Amino acid sequence: MATKRRKVSPKRGSIRRENGSHTITVGVNGRKYTRPVEPRVLLVDFIRDELRLTGTHVGCDTSHCGACTVLLDGHSVKSCTMFAVQADGHEITTIEGLAQHGRLHPIQEAFKAHHGLQCGFCTPGVVLAALELLQVENAPSEDRIRTAISGNLCRCTGYQNIVDSVAAAGEMMRLGKG
Amino acid sequence: MQPHSFDYVRPQTLAKAIQVLSENGNRAKVLAGGQSLIPVLKLRLANPRVLVDINDLPGLAFIEERGEQLRIGALSRHRDFEQSKLIRGKYPIFSDVATVLGDPQVRNLGTIGGALAHADPASDWGTALLAFEAELIARGPNGARTIPVDRFFKDTFTTALRSSELLTEIRVPKSEPGDGGAYLKLKRKTGDFATIGVAVQLGLDAKRNLAGVRIGLAAVGSTPIRATGAEKALVGRKAGPTAFAEAAKLASEEARPSSDLRGSEEYKRAMIEVYTRRALETASARAGR
Repeated sequence: MATKRRKVSPKRGSIRRENGSHTITVGVNGRKYTRPVEPRVLLVDFIRDELRLTGTHVGCDTSHCGACTVLLDGHSVKSCTMFAVQADGHEITTIEGLAQHGRLHPIQEAFKAHHGLQCGFCTPGVVLAALELLQVENAPSEDRIRTAISGNLCRCTGYQNIVDSVAAAGEMMRLGKG
Repeated sequence: MQPHSFDYVRPQTLAKAIQVLSENGNRAKVLAGGQSLIPVLKLRLANPRVLVDINDLPGLAFIEERGEQLRIGALSRHRDFEQSKLIRGKYPIFSDVATVLGDPQVRNLGTIGGALAHADPASDWGTALLAFEAELIARGPNGARTIPVDRFFKDTFTTALRSSELLTEIRVPKSEPGDGGAYLKLKRKTGDFATIGVAVQLGLDAKRNLAGVRIGLAAVGSTPIRATGAEKALVGRKAGPTAFAEAAKLASEEARPSSDLRGSEEYKRAMIEVYTRRALETASARAGR
């Protein structure tokens, strides 16, 4: 898109001009990015401000809500509780990495079909947390689903539709749909 | 908030890690899972000059029985204990810890070594290890030394580790037939610290008498503590409601909780009594005798 690049807010910006920056190479959604970064820059800010992948959200910034959840080498982690430099040499999956060639991932289709989101703020995080479970278990019990998303807070849905969406996604993945 | 600036190194060998720690002393902090340290840095409650990322160090993540001991590498992640058949089968107290600690994202990164070195008074791992004659292995510039768990926790966020040392391994006596353990945690919600926690590891002889028992208590002191009075009252007694009720009462009197937003002192004391009784019941049921 030919939009003018907005200056990042000073509070979380200036992430590449400071002294002591390291050059890191991170795989994100299958692409490699090599960038200089100060050690204290959080992974979530690197993803959002440097890579302009803003589907990952900063919710509480105190490691409670899980809105910042991404997959690190396939495992769900809170990207507000990691430094970008720690991701050097590793693979990250963000919500933007799920749809392929314009086609939604089954879990995205399931959240649509089963109304698993309202405002959508928690959704990228909860989807990725659930995806970690579904990648090893595609018919999880309700208990297992609720445990898998227990690090993700949602203020809108009351969680039931999220649980139903995840169960449906597992079913779709099991049947090879989507 | 953002942390203050710091230098960052990710050594590839234990020797290099120890060298950096020795050179920097108290100005260096070890980064393992970061699930306790990074929130602290973001609030600027600690402002180290250099972070030593130990996640690339080889050979520090393992859970295995060797000889007469269960040996655990300090870099083992909490989720490793959830998934280990050995732990679920023979050391269920550690599955209990792994199930109630943090949340899935925290368990994917957080490590047992980091939790122990952080030494929160509510530490689930610290409390569970007090229920064993556990040994903690620290490696520093002068080699390795063994710290008994009873001498490891000094004060809130303070352990016997020197600033030049890295905690590398935890060892507990191997589980024998008749052994049973449990860790029960009272918390307000997933991811919360313990309001109170109780760890019990015991051994029953063929007549169901308590041959040995240790009880750890979480969040009722400046460090995890042992309920030694309750322990002494149990040794040699028959495992059962009478003995357990007595021990639970003693444990609640030994606890030193503070009133805070998780509960009043009276409430926490009452819950220590309830949870000690339940942990003793669960541990002796698991002892299978």
